[in-house]
Amino acid sequence: MSAHLLYAFGGVVLCGMGLGGFILLSHLLRKLLAFNIMGSGIFLILVGLAQHGGGAEPGMDPVPQALVLTGIVVAVSATALALVLIRRYYYLTGQTVLESSAESGRRNNDDDPGSRKDGAL
Amino acid sequence: MSLPSLLPLFALLTSLVASVVIFSLPEKSYRLQTTVNLVAALLKMGLVAFMAWGVFHDTEYRIGFTVMPGVEFLLKADALSMIFAGLSAVLWFLTTLYAVGYLEHSPNRSRFFGFFSLCVASTMGIALAGNLFTFFLFYEMLTLSTYPLIVHRGTAQALRAGRTYIFYTLTGGAVLLLGVAWMHGLAGGLEFGQAGQLGETDPALWDSLRIVFVILIAGLGVKAALFPLHGWLPQAMVAPAPVSALLHAVAVVKAGAFGIVRVVFDLYGTEFTHELGLLEPLGWLAAFTILFGSVRALMQSDLKRRLAYSTISQISYIILGLTLLGPIGTAGGLVHLLHQGMMKITLFFCAGNYAETLGVHRIDELDGAGRRMPGTSVAFTIGAFGMIGAPPLAGFITKWTLGTGALAADMGWVIGVLLISSLLNAAYFLPIIHRLWFRKAPNAWPEEQSWGRFETKALLLWPPVVTAVITVLFGLLAAMQFSPLSWAELIASKEFWS
Amino acid sequence: MTTWLMAGLLFTPLAWAAITLLLSFRNGRWVSWLGMLVQVLVSVGVWLLVVDRGEFYHGLGGWDAPLGIELRVDGLAIIFVLLTATVATACGWHAGMYLDSDKPWQKHFWPLFWFLWAALNSVWLSGDLFNLYVGLEVITLTAVGLVAVGGQADALRAALRYLLVALVGSMAYLLGVALVYGEFGVLSLAVVRELQAENGVGMTLPLALMLGGLAVKSALFPMHGWLPPAHGVAKSPVSGLMSGLVVKASFYIAARLWLELGHEAGSLALAQVLGVLGSAAVVWGSWLALRQKKLKQVVAYSSVAQIGYLFLLFPLTLSVSEAVSLQAQQGVTLQVVSHALAKGAMFLAAGNLILSVRSGEVDALAGVGRFLPFSLFSFGLAGVSLMGLPPSGGFAAKWLLLQASLASGQWWWALVLLAGGLLSALYVFRIYQASFVQDSDLDEFYHPPRSLELVPMILALLALGLGLVVDPMLTLLGRPFGEGSVP
Repeated sequence: MSAHLLYAFGGVVLCGMGLGGFILLSHLLRKLLAFNIMGSGIFLILVGLAQHGGGAEPGMDPVPQALVLTGIVVAVSATALALVLIRRYYYLTGQTVLESSAESGRRNNDDDPGSRKDGAL
Repeated sequence: MSLPSLLPLFALLTSLVASVVIFSLPEKSYRLQTTVNLVAALLKMGLVAFMAWGVFHDTEYRIGFTVMPGVEFLLKADALSMIFAGLSAVLWFLTTLYAVGYLEHSPNRSRFFGFFSLCVASTMGIALAGNLFTFFLFYEMLTLSTYPLIVHRGTAQALRAGRTYIFYTLTGGAVLLLGVAWMHGLAGGLEFGQAGQLGETDPALWDSLRIVFVILIAGLGVKAALFPLHGWLPQAMVAPAPVSALLHAVAVVKAGAFGIVRVVFDLYGTEFTHELGLLEPLGWLAAFTILFGSVRALMQSDLKRRLAYSTISQISYIILGLTLLGPIGTAGGLVHLLHQGMMKITLFFCAGNYAETLGVHRIDELDGAGRRMPGTSVAFTIGAFGMIGAPPLAGFITKWTLGTGALAADMGWVIGVLLISSLLNAAYFLPIIHRLWFRKAPNAWPEEQSWGRFETKALLLWPPVVTAVITVLFGLLAAMQFSPLSWAELIASKEFWS
Repeated sequence: MTTWLMAGLLFTPLAWAAITLLLSFRNGRWVSWLGMLVQVLVSVGVWLLVVDRGEFYHGLGGWDAPLGIELRVDGLAIIFVLLTATVATACGWHAGMYLDSDKPWQKHFWPLFWFLWAALNSVWLSGDLFNLYVGLEVITLTAVGLVAVGGQADALRAALRYLLVALVGSMAYLLGVALVYGEFGVLSLAVVRELQAENGVGMTLPLALMLGGLAVKSALFPMHGWLPPAHGVAKSPVSGLMSGLVVKASFYIAARLWLELGHEAGSLALAQVLGVLGSAAVVWGSWLALRQKKLKQVVAYSSVAQIGYLFLLFPLTLSVSEAVSLQAQQGVTLQVVSHALAKGAMFLAAGNLILSVRSGEVDALAGVGRFLPFSLFSFGLAGVSLMGLPPSGGFAAKWLLLQASLASGQWWWALVLLAGGLLSALYVFRIYQASFVQDSDLDEFYHPPRSLELVPMILALLALGLGLVVDPMLTLLGRPFGEGSVP
C-alpha cells in the first residue's frame, strides 16, 4: 500500500466520522464542525487517490491541489454563512438546536404575531 | 393557407375571443358583455352554416400544425362534425339569450358568461377536432370551463356537486388520456374520418386494440353518463338552469357521446369494431343504461333530477344506434345527437322557468301550472311527447329509425328495449303533463314573481318556444333534403358504402 | 462575438452583484432592472448563436480543457439559460415592487439575486464535474441567504435546515467526483464518458454517490423534508426562484451525469429505485399538499410532487431504444420548463393573494372570487399546467413521458403519471373551490397594483401556452443531453 493510498483511507475514516457526527449531534455548532471534518476527509481522498492512480505522472498532477484549494474556499464560505445564521438564530430564539420537524411544524401553525408579521409574506 | 381553410379556426375563436373580452370587462358593463356575447354567437352560427353548406358540396375545411413530433393539432370540418357544431352554435345563441334573462341582477355575471363562452369554445373544438389528440385537448378544456359554471352559486351544495363532477370527469379524462396515448403508440396519430384504417393493422395488435377500445369508452363514458359512470350527472343539477340546459343538451354529456361516436364510427369503424367483438357488448351496455336511466327517472320527485336521469337514458340511444351494424341504425343514433339536444334543452328551459317564475322545483308542486304559464307548458309538453316518441315529433323519428335499423341488423331484441323504454318515458312524463293541464292550481305558488305582460320574462319564454318549434319541425320535415335525418343518413351511407 | 456573449452570461451578473452590493434596495432596483434587460438580451443572443451555429464548446478566455474552464453550449443548456432569464426576470421584477423597501436588510436581496443568476448560468454551461460542484455550491449559499434575508426565527430555522442538508448533499457529490478523478485523472464529463467506454471500468459507486447527493439537493422523497419550510417561508419572489430554478440545477446535473455515464455505470436497479422514489414523491408530496393549511405551503409541497416526475428520466432512458430515450428526455425537459414557469407564477400570485386578503391561510380565500382578483386567475391558469391538463406545457410533458413509458413496456410509470395528475387536481381544486364560496365574512380586499399582478399572469400564460409550441422547442433541443460533438 502506497502512502497516497494511506491518505485516501485516512480520508475515508475522517469522512465517516464526520458523517456520523453530523447525523448524531444536534448542537448546531457541532454539526457544523462535523461537516468540516467530513469535508477535510473528502479533500484527503481527492488528493490521495489522484496521486496514487490516474492522471499524469504520479505525484506530478497539480490539478488536485487546485481543486482542494477551491474546495476549501467553498467550505469556508459555507461555514461562514452557517455561522452567521446560527448566531442570528440563537439571538432570536435562544436555541442552539433545530427542533424536530414535527415540533417546528406545530410552531409554524401557531400564530405568534411577532414572527408572523414578516414571515407571512 | 387560404381563407376557407381558416374557417374552423374562426368558428372556434369567436367564442374564445368573446370569453377573453368578457373576462376583461368590468362587472358594471353588463350591456356590453351581452352584446359581445350575442354578436359572437350570431357570427358563429353564420360561420357554421357557411361551412355546413361547403361540406355538403364536398369541400373540406382543415387546418392544423405539428405540436410534437408525430402529434398534430388538427381542426377539420366534416359532415359529422357539422352535426355537433351546428347544434352547439344554435343552442349557444338561444341559451345565451335565456341566461341573460335568467341571471338578470345576479352577481358574478362577468365570470359566468366568460366561462360560458369558454365552454362553448370547447364544444366547438370537440366538434371540429380532426384527431383523437385534438379531441382530448378540448375535452379536458371543457371539464375545466364547466366547473366554474356548476359551482357558480357558491353554496355548499353547489361546491359538493362541483367536487363530484371534477372527481368523475378528471378521472375519466385521465383514463381517456391513457387510451389516447396508447392508441398513439400503437397506430400513430390517426385522423378521424377514414374508418377502417385500424382494420389493416397487424392482427397481433388486435388484443391491444381491444383493451384500448375499452379504455377509451370507459374514459368517454363518464361524460356520456354511461352506467355505472353516471353518478355525477344528477348532482350537477344544482347549477343554474341555463347551465343544466347546456350541460345536458350540448356540452358535457354530448361531448362524451360524440367522442364515443368518433371512436366507434370514425376511428375503429363500425365493422371493425364488430370484427373485434366489441360492438355487441357496447350495445348491451347502452341498452341497459337506457332502461336503468328511465327506471331511476321514474323514482325522482324533483323535476330537474327526473330530467337528469332521463338524459342518462336518452344519451344511450345514440350509442345504441351506433352498435346496430348497418347504415340505418347508425343514422338513427347520429340523428339523435340533434334531436335529443333540442328536446332536452326545451325541457330544461321550461324547468328553469317554473323554478324562476313560480318557485316550483318539485313535480308535485306543478299542479295547474299550465294555466298560469301556457307558453312554457306547451313547450314542455312538446318536449316530453318528443321524448316519449310520439309522432310526428323528433323523438319519433329517432325511435323509428333505430327500430328499422335493428330489424335490418337482425337485432330484434333492440325493438323490445325501445318499446319498454318508451313505456317508461311515458310513465315518467305523462303524470307531469297531467298535473300541468288537468289539476287545479294551488292558491299560492311557492315564490311567484310577475314580470311584464307575458307569463314570465320574455327572454325566458322565447328560447323554449323556439326549440319546441324546432322539435316539431325536425319531425315533420325529416324527409327534406337538409333535415337532420337526411344529413345523418348521408354520413352513415358514406361509412357503409364506400 | 461568442466571447462577449459568454462573458455576458457568466460575468455581467457578477458585475451587477458587485454594483448592487454598494447600493440601497431602492437604487439597486433600478440597476437590477436594467441588468435584467441586459441579461435577457444576452441570453437571447446566445440562443440565436446556437440556432445559427449549432452546438459548440467554448474554452473560457481561450484556454481549453483540461487547464481552462470549458463551456458546453448545446440546445439543452440554451433552454435552461432562457428559462433562467425568463423566471429570474419575472421574480426580480416582482420583487422590486413586492418587497418592502423600507426594511434595511432588503438591500441584500439584489447581490444575492445576481450571484444566484451567475451561478445558475455557470451550471447550465459547465461541462466539467468540478465546475459543476462550484456552481452548485454558490447556488446553495445564495439560495440559503435569500431564504434567510430579513426573516424571523421560522425563516432562519428553514434556512439552516436547508443549508445543512444541502451541504451533506454536496459532500456526497464531491466524494463521487474525487473517486472519478482518482480513477481517470480528468474532470470533463465528455472525456470521462469516453474513457469509461474504452476501459469498461465500473463506476457505479461514484455515480451513485453523485446522484445521491444531487437527489438530496433536489428534495427527492424521502429527503424532501427541508424543501417545504424553506420555499414556503421565503418571500414570494424568492420562493418562485427556489422552486422554479434552484431545485432544477441539481437535477440538471444529475440528468447530465446519468445520460453521459449512466449507460455504462448505471444499473437497472439504481434506475428503478430512483423512479420509485420519484413516484413516491409524486404521491406523498401531493397528499401533503392537500393537507396544508397555508397557501404557500400547498404550493411548496406541490413542488416536491412535481420534482418527483423528473426522476422518471432515470428508468425511462436506461436500456431502451434511442427513440424512447429521446422522448423521455424531451418530456422531462418540458416538465422542468413548464414547472418552473407555472410554479413561478403560482408563488408570485400566491404572494399577491396573501397581500390582498392579509392572511396566508387557504381558508382566508373564501369568497375572494367576488372581488375578481386577477392573481387568482393567474394562480388558476398555473394550476392547469401543474395538473397536466392541455394545452399546457405540463400536459405535453406528461404526454411524452406516457409515450415513453408505454413504448418501453414500463407501464407502471404511466399509472404514476395519471395518478399524479389526479392527485394534483385535488389540491389545486381545493384552492379554486375556496375562492368560489359565496357567503363569507370577507369584506375588505386590497387590490395590488396591476404591475404586480401582471407578472404572474405572464408566467402562467407562458406555462399554459407552452404545450402548443413544443415542436420548435424540441427542435432546439435537437440532440439533447450530451449527444453533442466531443471536443
